[in-house]
Amino acid sequence: MKLTRILTALSLIAVLALGATGCKRTPKDITPIHGRAAKGPGGDGPSGPIDGGNKLAPDNITSGKLENTGLEEFEGMLKDPAFFANDTVYFEFDRSSLKASERPKAENVVNYLKSNPDNKVLIEGHCDERGTEEYNRALGEKRAQALREYLSRAGIAPERVRTLSYGEDRPAVLASNDAAWAKNRRAEFILLRPKP
Amino acid sequence: MKSPARLQLFLLLACLSTAASAPAAPIELVIERPTQNFDVDAKPIPLALSGFSGEVEAVLRFDLFVQGFSFTNTEAAQYLVKGANGARVEGQLLDAISKQAIFGKAYAGGSLRAQAHALADDIVAALRKLPPIGRTKVAFKRDTGRTSEVYVADIDGFGGAAATADGSIIAAPAWSPGKRLLFYTSYKLGNPDIFSHDLDSGARRVVARYSGLNTSATLSPDGSKVAMILSKGGAPNVWVADADGSNLKQLTKTVEGDSSPCWSPDGSMICFSSRESGRSALYTVPATGGAMKRLPTPGVLNATEPDWSPDGTSIVFTRLAGAFELCVVPAPGFTPPNGSREARVLVTGEDPNWAPNSRTVIFARRAGGKRVLSMLDVPTKQTKDLLQISGSCSQPSWSK
Repeated sequence: MKLTRILTALSLIAVLALGATGCKRTPKDITPIHGRAAKGPGGDGPSGPIDGGNKLAPDNITSGKLENTGLEEFEGMLKDPAFFANDTVYFEFDRSSLKASERPKAENVVNYLKSNPDNKVLIEGHCDERGTEEYNRALGEKRAQALREYLSRAGIAPERVRTLSYGEDRPAVLASNDAAWAKNRRAEFILLRPKP
Repeated sequence: MKSPARLQLFLLLACLSTAASAPAAPIELVIERPTQNFDVDAKPIPLALSGFSGEVEAVLRFDLFVQGFSFTNTEAAQYLVKGANGARVEGQLLDAISKQAIFGKAYAGGSLRAQAHALADDIVAALRKLPPIGRTKVAFKRDTGRTSEVYVADIDGFGGAAATADGSIIAAPAWSPGKRLLFYTSYKLGNPDIFSHDLDSGARRVVARYSGLNTSATLSPDGSKVAMILSKGGAPNVWVADADGSNLKQLTKTVEGDSSPCWSPDGSMICFSSRESGRSALYTVPATGGAMKRLPTPGVLNATEPDWSPDGTSIVFTRLAGAFELCVVPAPGFTPPNGSREARVLVTGEDPNWAPNSRTVIFARRAGGKRVLSMLDVPTKQTKDLLQISGSCSQPSWSK
C-alpha cells in the first residue's frame, strides 16, 4: 500500500540522516593551531615571547629617498647647552606664546647670534605631564617654533634655528605639582658652534 | 501485510524520538554589530566556565571579559563553556537552559595559550559573530626613566618582548595592516624621526626625518600610505605620504597645530585633533586633500586622540577634563538606531586604539606616577588591565 511505501521511505531517510550526523551530543572538530599564523602579525611559539622574538634593528638604517630634510645645515656642529642655560624660556599651561616677562631672554639669544654670524641655535621644547603624549610632543614643537618665529622677526634667519620637541619625556623636575610643572613647561636654547 | 506496516511505523517513531535528542537546528543568536557601541543598555553575556585551569583559564577569562562576557555559576549563566586542558585544550559551548551544544572543539599544535586564545575566538564568533582577536598583538612604548623602547606582546600583555634596544626615546608605535611591520618615532638619530621596522628581519628605514617634529605615523587600511604629524611647514600639521615616505603632501595648514591622525576604514578620510578653534576638537579631512571639517562631539569638550573603528561605526577619543577620559561618538557616515550623535563618556584613560572586533579598545591609564595598559569593552564599559610589565607602558597600538 502507498502508505507503507511512504513510511518506509521516510524511515529510511531518517535513519540515513541520523547516521550521517551521528547521535553524539558533542561532535569534536579538531582545530590545528599553527606555530606561525599564515596571515597577519604575530606568531606563537611555545609558551613565551613571540616566535623568534623581534629582530632588534642593527645600527645601519636605510635613508631612502629623503633630500633636503633641513637637518643638513646643522650637521657636525658642536652643542653648548650651558651657554644659554640662564635664558630658558617658561610658558603658561597649554600655551606656546612668548610671555612679555620672558622676552628679555630671547633678546639675549638674538643679540648673541647677531654678533656671531657663524653660530646657530637649537631650541628644545618641553611640556609638563598634564597633556596626552602626542599632544605634548606637538606642543613642545609649537613652543620651539614660536621662539624661532620671534628670533626671525628680530632679524635672525630661520635657517640658523633648529627646533626639537621632547614633549613630556625630559622633565627638568621629576615631581607632580604646580612648581615642578611650571619648571617643565620650557624651551631651552642650545648654542651650536661650527667645528673648528 | 499488517506486520511490515507495523514495523515501518515503529521504525519511523523510533527515528523521530532519536531525532529529538540529537543536536537540533542552529540557535538564533542576536547579532550585535554594528550598533553595539551605541546600545546604552548593553550588558555582558554571563558564562559559566568549568574544567579549565591555570594559564588556559586565565586566557579564556581575559579574552572573553574584554569582549563583553561575565562569569557566573551554572544557574545564572546564559551559556556554559565546559572543557579541559590536559595535553591540549578542548571546549564545548552549550546553551545554559536547553543544554543544546553549539559546538565542541579540540585544538592541536602551538602552545596551550594559543589554543586557549583560539577557543575564546570560537566562543566569541559563535555568540557575537565578531572577527577573532585572540592571536593578534599589541605594540606599545615602555618607558624606564630617561629612555623608552618599543615592545610587542600578546593582547593580555603576556610575552612582552623588546623590538628596539637603542637607549633613546621612542613614541607612537603603529602597525602596518596585515604585516609584522611597525612604524614609530625614534630620537635615535638625534631628532624625532619616523622609522619603519620589519620585525622579522630587523630592517629599519627612515620614513620622515625633516628638521623639527616627525611623529604620530598611522598607516592607511591598505598599508600603502602613511599619515603623520610633521612640523616642516611651520606648525605641527597632518601630512600624507606613500608608506616609504615619498610623495609627501600637506593635508592641513592650521596655525594652531594638529595631532593624532587616524584613517577611516575605507581609506578616504583622516580624522585628527586640532587646536584651530581655540580648544582641542576633532576634524576630518579627505585623504587626497581638501577642506578640514569639524566633527562635533556633542556633550564633550576638548576632544583629542581619535581612532576610527574598523567597522566604520565609531570614533573613540580622549577628552581632557581634569583627568583624561575615553569617549565614543558615531563616526561620520554612520547613524545609530536612536539617531543620537551625542558623545558618550566611558572610563578614565587615554590613547585609545581599536581591536579588529570594533568593540574592544586598548588604552593607557595613569596609576601611581606611571602609565599602565588596559582593555575596555566599549558596550559594557568593562575594563581589565594587561599583565603588568615593569616601567611605564603607554601609546598602545593593536595589530590590524
